Amino acid sequence: MRRMRGALRAVPAAILVLALIGVWELYVDLKGPTFSLILPSPHEVAKSLYHDRSLLWSSFLVTAQEVLLGILAAVVIGAFLSVVIHFSPTLRRATYPLIVASQAVPVAVFAPVLAFWLGFGILPKLVVVAIVSFFSIVVTATAGLDAVDPDLIKLMRTFDASRLTTFRHVELPSALPSVFAGAKIAVAVSVIGAVFAEYTGSNSGLGYVILVSEPQLLAARAVAATVILSLFAIALFALLALAERLALPWAYGPRGEHAA
Amino acid sequence: MIEAPPKEPRELNAPDGVRVELVSRGFTTPRGRVEALARMSLRADAHEVVAVVGPSGCGKTTLLELICGLQAPDAGTVRAAPAALMPQRDLLLPWLSAIDNAGLALRARGVGRDEARKVAAPWLERFGLERFEHTRPAELSGGMRQRVSFLRTLLAGKPVLALDEPFAALDAITRQEMQGWLAQVLASEPRTVILVTHDVEEAVMLADRVIVMSPRPGRTVAEIGVTLPKPRRRTDATVVELRERALTALGADA
Repeated sequence: MRRMRGALRAVPAAILVLALIGVWELYVDLKGPTFSLILPSPHEVAKSLYHDRSLLWSSFLVTAQEVLLGILAAVVIGAFLSVVIHFSPTLRRATYPLIVASQAVPVAVFAPVLAFWLGFGILPKLVVVAIVSFFSIVVTATAGLDAVDPDLIKLMRTFDASRLTTFRHVELPSALPSVFAGAKIAVAVSVIGAVFAEYTGSNSGLGYVILVSEPQLLAARAVAATVILSLFAIALFALLALAERLALPWAYGPRGEHAA
Repeated sequence: MIEAPPKEPRELNAPDGVRVELVSRGFTTPRGRVEALARMSLRADAHEVVAVVGPSGCGKTTLLELICGLQAPDAGTVRAAPAALMPQRDLLLPWLSAIDNAGLALRARGVGRDEARKVAAPWLERFGLERFEHTRPAELSGGMRQRVSFLRTLLAGKPVLALDEPFAALDAITRQEMQGWLAQVLASEPRTVILVTHDVEEAVMLADRVIVMSPRPGRTVAEIGVTLPKPRRRTDATVVELRERALTALGADA
């Protein structure tokens, strides 16, 4: 019963996606065969997904590794920075402008520098993914830590709790839902980050596939790679939502207002 | 039964009592200076229940925070035995079960989780919450949450309990039940209690003395002794009369 209701909930999204694919197919067919070199039709993309499956799969594994490790690094760095910022107003004022500025620097500018420093392996890609995705985690986690009820802090003080004890028992658990929220935002940008990182100095990954497919007039393959990237982002997002639900059941109302 | 935690020595005249003498306290806000308390005095002896009633915004919460050592007075002196706060909203941690919320004060001073549960469990049973040990606050009723919140404050092991409108958020019937319950608990577990409330009847039902405060800046305008034996009945002629006296002092009888 529950599974059936879950399947029913996917129906609107499925209808919308199918409708969009239909419009896309029709549009490309009407524009004629030359146009499909710029924008391939869905059935060409589907063909590429099948024919190039081994290339796409091995490339996917490379990019997925970069994204996962990059997000992991971003969570660690982001959580650490938000704690530092939460505890020290001076460090907050010192680091926040730099943290914001780091998001304004285009990947294309610093990716070559990273390649120069760190070579052409996975490390520079991981750094790019971490840089583009740690920001949302810092911002949301800091907001989460700041939002703790000041009366709760006072209460802990009348219980003779040390600053560290209050952090561990009150502030840290309160901020965890915000860390998850930040990580969910990070998922989407991290995939883009990995693609751009692969544009500079790499010979593998879905970003690399996109980069070399365009000049070879293999637009369908580039779009196929994009489709896989999108599905990957959706899967990561869903996985994070599931992890959050399992790790923080209290953040979801017991009366089922968020129940799936 | 409950060990008081080690705490820095604090200036103290009467052990386990509270002395607030001619205390003034103000705050600077964006709209200017606000005087919360002006030459406010209050005394509570050991195991005495003192209720503080006053109009909204008369500095009652400031008074409790001074007693708990969370603020320092601008003028005057506050001498008090170590005090634990029971905040106005229950402020239970949503991720902890009832038993772990109750034991929070123990955890705060470094007691392990199992040890804290062992201390809290018999109390939950005494408070009629034994079936809800592992229930999170969101699934407890308002009255149950206040009981857990009170237990958390009690288990802090401080001689003074500072209760900030503990039952204000409850519906009328639950509030009356909880007042009776608190009177019972304090009869068997005597503590020095400063009970801030805007409910005059609650004050007369529970307190040995009722302090009536003026509007801001708050100071004592009347002190009413309630010598009636406990438990008290709401309909008792003396309770009704004292309630009227307190309301008159508040200027709210018209």
